[in-house]
Amino acid sequence: MSILVDKNTRLLVQGITGSEGLFHTTQMVNYGTNVVAGVTPGKGGEWVLDKVPVFDSVKLAVEATGANASIIFVPARFAPDAMFEAADAGIPLVICITEGVAVQDMMRVRNYLDQKNVRLIGPNCPGLLTPGEAKVGIIPGNIAIPGNVGVVSRSGTLTYEVLYALKQVGMGSSTCVGIGGDPVNGTNFIDVLDMFEHDPKTEKVVMIGEIGGTDEEKAAEFISSKMTKPVVSFIAGQTAPPGKRMGHAGAIIEGGAGTAADKVRALEAAGVRVAKHPEEIPSLLK
Amino acid sequence: MKLHEYQSKQIFSKFGIPIPKGRVAATASEARQIAEELGGRVVIKSQVLVGGRGKAGGVKLAKDPQEAEQLATQILGMEIKGLPVRKVLVDEAAAIDQEIYFAITNDRAAKKPVIMASAAGGVDIEEVAATHPEKIIKVHIDPLLGLRDYQARDIAASMDLPREYWKDFGIIANGLWKAYSSTDATLAEINPLVITKDKRLVALDGKMMIDDNALFRHSDLSEMRDIDEEAPAETEARKYGLSFIKLDGNIGCMVNGAGLAMTSMDIVKLFGGEPANFLDIGGGAGAEKVAAAMRIILSDPAVKAVLFNIFGGITRCDEVAKGILAAMAEVKPKVPMVVRLVGTNAEEGRQLLADAKMITAETLADAAKKAVAAAKGA
Repeated sequence: MSILVDKNTRLLVQGITGSEGLFHTTQMVNYGTNVVAGVTPGKGGEWVLDKVPVFDSVKLAVEATGANASIIFVPARFAPDAMFEAADAGIPLVICITEGVAVQDMMRVRNYLDQKNVRLIGPNCPGLLTPGEAKVGIIPGNIAIPGNVGVVSRSGTLTYEVLYALKQVGMGSSTCVGIGGDPVNGTNFIDVLDMFEHDPKTEKVVMIGEIGGTDEEKAAEFISSKMTKPVVSFIAGQTAPPGKRMGHAGAIIEGGAGTAADKVRALEAAGVRVAKHPEEIPSLLK
Repeated sequence: MKLHEYQSKQIFSKFGIPIPKGRVAATASEARQIAEELGGRVVIKSQVLVGGRGKAGGVKLAKDPQEAEQLATQILGMEIKGLPVRKVLVDEAAAIDQEIYFAITNDRAAKKPVIMASAAGGVDIEEVAATHPEKIIKVHIDPLLGLRDYQARDIAASMDLPREYWKDFGIIANGLWKAYSSTDATLAEINPLVITKDKRLVALDGKMMIDDNALFRHSDLSEMRDIDEEAPAETEARKYGLSFIKLDGNIGCMVNGAGLAMTSMDIVKLFGGEPANFLDIGGGAGAEKVAAAMRIILSDPAVKAVLFNIFGGITRCDEVAKGILAAMAEVKPKVPMVVRLVGTNAEEGRQLLADAKMITAETLADAAKKAVAAAKGA
């Protein structure tokens, strides 16, 4: 067991013939992910890696292959359309890796996908990794091993640090979920914490947050009222100045709200052990 | 990207929102000329991209063109929160009866645009929000439908706006929604929207922020960016697609990924140092981008040590190493450098840097400690 993706996932790659799409499709296929189709409008009929068929549209790909999840690698200006297309073709799980999608586009996408009951992960995220079963995204496969720790994070490379630190001490993860660093995204901490709480394979959870917004504070409430499994956390951005966007569009302290100190306080009050730096996380999980 | 008041008001006007007559001036004599054209009393308003201009003395009322010139001279010589005033807006002065706050912004928690309105306008709205939250009306807009007319009427009624103004308020609400949505704004704010003594609604002051991620479809707005208001290093960084923010410490940081970059700064601080900057080279950065990042970091004379923390995923450590070497050959740095490479092609990267006399580290904590020690000259 795991959450969101496993060996039964039938993955479609939107933007499969682009340089990013092709590179990561290769990595995902090598990892053993079941990539069943790709979409690049105008390139239908071609093949990628001699085994993945390319279609002109998501609808055609779903009809021909029964794809049940889609990962998006198209440039930011085309990504909203790709998300609408996946939703309209009936895909229930969409993962958008693309960074830099305009926030008003994301508000339209999110409100539309909610009406269609589509689960969106991202955008601006590293995707999902269920070690040993499926890599759906760009998290390097070799830095994590199967285990019982569920990992959820707003950041990319910071997540890699944590997975790597866990692996160094022989700890593995059930599933790692990168929810992305944008202010308006598809899935938040609470959604994933709830899935981990109900996943028999997950025994402990690591939640990696950062400055901006109030998702961590809301997660703290959820943890104290709804979760039985222990949660360890780390919050990035203790030294970030207010009013400046720290790389991620969502990582900004606005009007004094969304500081790291507020989030740490809320989490500690909810019984969460908060690490001072990411390499401290494995020892807090023991 | 922040827009100046005069730019924001030009956009408002394009969407049917009444604004005062006026123009922007870069010199005092221009300000005098504008005041002469307008006739009567005028307001001289400094155009800088920070709040609190009024309190800083950057907004003044002039009774005639001569005084307008005097005040413009004074304001154009000012610095407000460290930013020199380069332009003033000269607007006709209004006789005010009531001040209203009216804005549209993104509500990230609700995933929808939200209108914020208050009959207690003209002042710092964050203060109103803190002390009298009940005085702020919030109405969400469905991003798939847009603002509905009834929502504007409801807001007018909730603010106890007299009925004679409802129609004009509806036009302004609609205009602000169009200004916000068609420019991909993250904030479109009128503060204050005033009722004048001669019973007109006018947007006296305006502020807009535009989503940087949407500028690809707004070339006209991109041209409005005032690079005079940015730290030169931040402008330079943007040219190379780097995300850079100058800070006050002495340890330069170069990291891939925003979360990890923030974390690296935090750990520097945790071990007693002060970061000189936030710098994310992004995913998959090549040697050229890395070299640019290094030039930017080393151009800060306060930097006493540099920390490189690279976790290779899409980014290849050997590419980063090549960039570091290229930049070192060019700028010949004199400060100690600590490097930590993990992940994709880390071994190749380390070999490339073996002769470069850099301090190496295995873990993040180790790297931060070594950088802090190096900056202290230990």
